Amino acid sequence: MPFRGQYQGSSFSELLELDHSHIRVDFADLAQKAHDAIVEAPHGTTVLALRLEAGVLVAGDRLATAGYQVASREVEKVFAADEHSLIAIAGAAGPAIEMARLLGIELEHYEKIEGEALELDGKANKLSQMIRQNLPAAMQGLAVVPLFAGYDTRRKQGRLWKFDITGGRYEEAEFDASGSGGLFAKESLKKSYTPGLERADGLRAALEALRAAADEDRATGGVDLERGIYPIVKVCTAEGIEDVPESEIADVHRAIVESSRRG
Amino acid sequence: MSMPFYVSPEQLMADKAEYARKGIARGKSIVTMEYADGILLMAENPSASLSKLGEIYDRIAFAGVGKFSEFDQLRKVGVRYADVKGYAYSRDDVRGRALANAYSQAIGDVFTNQMKPLEVEIVVAEVGDPRFEGHEENSLYRVQFDGSIGDHQGYCVIGGSAENLEAHLRAHYAEDQPLGEAVRLGRNTLERGTNGDPVPPKNLEVAILDRSRSGRKFRRLSADELAGILEG
Repeated sequence: MPFRGQYQGSSFSELLELDHSHIRVDFADLAQKAHDAIVEAPHGTTVLALRLEAGVLVAGDRLATAGYQVASREVEKVFAADEHSLIAIAGAAGPAIEMARLLGIELEHYEKIEGEALELDGKANKLSQMIRQNLPAAMQGLAVVPLFAGYDTRRKQGRLWKFDITGGRYEEAEFDASGSGGLFAKESLKKSYTPGLERADGLRAALEALRAAADEDRATGGVDLERGIYPIVKVCTAEGIEDVPESEIADVHRAIVESSRRG
Repeated sequence: MSMPFYVSPEQLMADKAEYARKGIARGKSIVTMEYADGILLMAENPSASLSKLGEIYDRIAFAGVGKFSEFDQLRKVGVRYADVKGYAYSRDDVRGRALANAYSQAIGDVFTNQMKPLEVEIVVAEVGDPRFEGHEENSLYRVQFDGSIGDHQGYCVIGGSAENLEAHLRAHYAEDQPLGEAVRLGRNTLERGTNGDPVPPKNLEVAILDRSRSGRKFRRLSADELAGILEG
C-alpha cells in the first residue's frame, strides 16, 4: 500500500513520530551520543519582537557562532511560520531551524487537514509544546528559545510571546528579545519603545536595539558594511507578512549612525 | 452441511463495479479545467462546510465525488503523504503524478481485496509553470473507483453525469480563457447535470490553483468574489 501509517489526527509532528520516525531527528539522542561535538555546534544570538500599531515587527542579527568562532555571517533567524505569524529563533542553530521549519509545516498541515487555520493562541501553544519536547536536548546543550509573534485576525492586533526552555509561554504586551545579546536589546527597547508605534519608528527602535546588542555582545553580529550584510526584519499586519527591504534597513542604519555621531 | 455459493470472478467484479457506479451516480458532478493562469475546480455543493475540493500541496489540489467520508479520508491521506514527502525531500519533489499513482494503487487495492469497493471518483490537479524547468505543464489525473487512472488535457469531469457534462465542455472549452469565462463555462456545464436548472452561486464550491501566487497556489473563491465573476 502506498499510504502506510496509522495516524489519523491533524498534527504533523505526531504523524512523523508515529508513522515516520525514521526521518524524524531526535536531538536529545544526538546530544547524548556526541556531547563534545554539540558544545561546538553553531548558536544563533540576538532576535527581538515588538508590537506596532498595525501589527508586529520581528528582527534578528545574522551571526551564528560556534564556541569562539564565526559559524556563519549570513544566517537567517526570522521565519514566516504562515501568512500571519513569525518565529524568531535563538539558541542552538540546528534544532532551532528545524523547529521553525516544523512549526511552519505543522500549521499548514493542520489547516489543510482541518479546513481552517489555528488561532494565533493555538499556534503559540503548539510551539510551546515543541520547545517542551526539546527539553532533554536543551539539558545537553541544545537549548532553543524562540520568540513567536503574529497578527491576531480575530482580535485585530499584533501579539507576541516569549518562551523558556521548559516550554513556558509568556505573552508580552510591548516587546521582548532573546539570545545572548537579548538583554542589551531589551535595555535599548525599554528606552525607545512607546505604545502604538508606527512602522518607521518601530524599525528604528529595532535596529537601535540590535546595534546595542552587537556593541555589547561579541556573539551578536552588527551591520557588516564591508560585506553588505544587514539584519533581517519582517513586519506582520492584517495584510500579511512583509520583508523589510535591505535598502530601507541600510537607510535607517545610516541615520542612526549619523545621529549618534552628532550626539 | 451448507455449500458456499460459487460466484465467478467476472461476476464478482461486475457486481462491485455496478455497486460503486450507483453510489457515485447519486452525487453531483465536479468540473475541473485549465484556464489562462492555472486550473479551476468547481463543484455543485449545497454544504458550505463539507468540502469536495481541497488543497494537497503547493501546486496540487484534490477533488472528490461519491461518498463524503470515503473521499475525504483519501484527501487527508494525500495531505499526509505530500507533507511527509516535502519534509523528507524538498517542496518541489512533491508531484501530482506520484500522488495520483498512489491513489490509483490504494483505490484499486480496496476494489480487488475488500468486500465493498470505494464509492468515489477523484481528480488530482497540478498546476504547472512555464518558468519552472521540469514543471511546465498542467496535469489533471482522474482516478476511478476501481483504481483505473487517466490523464486529461484541458478539462476533466467526475461524478454522476460526467459524460453528458464532458460533451458540453468538448463543444465550448477553449485554451487560455480568462478566469471569468472559465467560471461561467463551469457553471453552465454543471447546469447540464441539473437538466438546465440554474445553480445558484451559494451552491457552488469554487477553488483555483493560481500560478501567479507565490508558494501555496491553492485558493478558494469567496461567495462575493464568485457572485462578482458570474455577474460580470
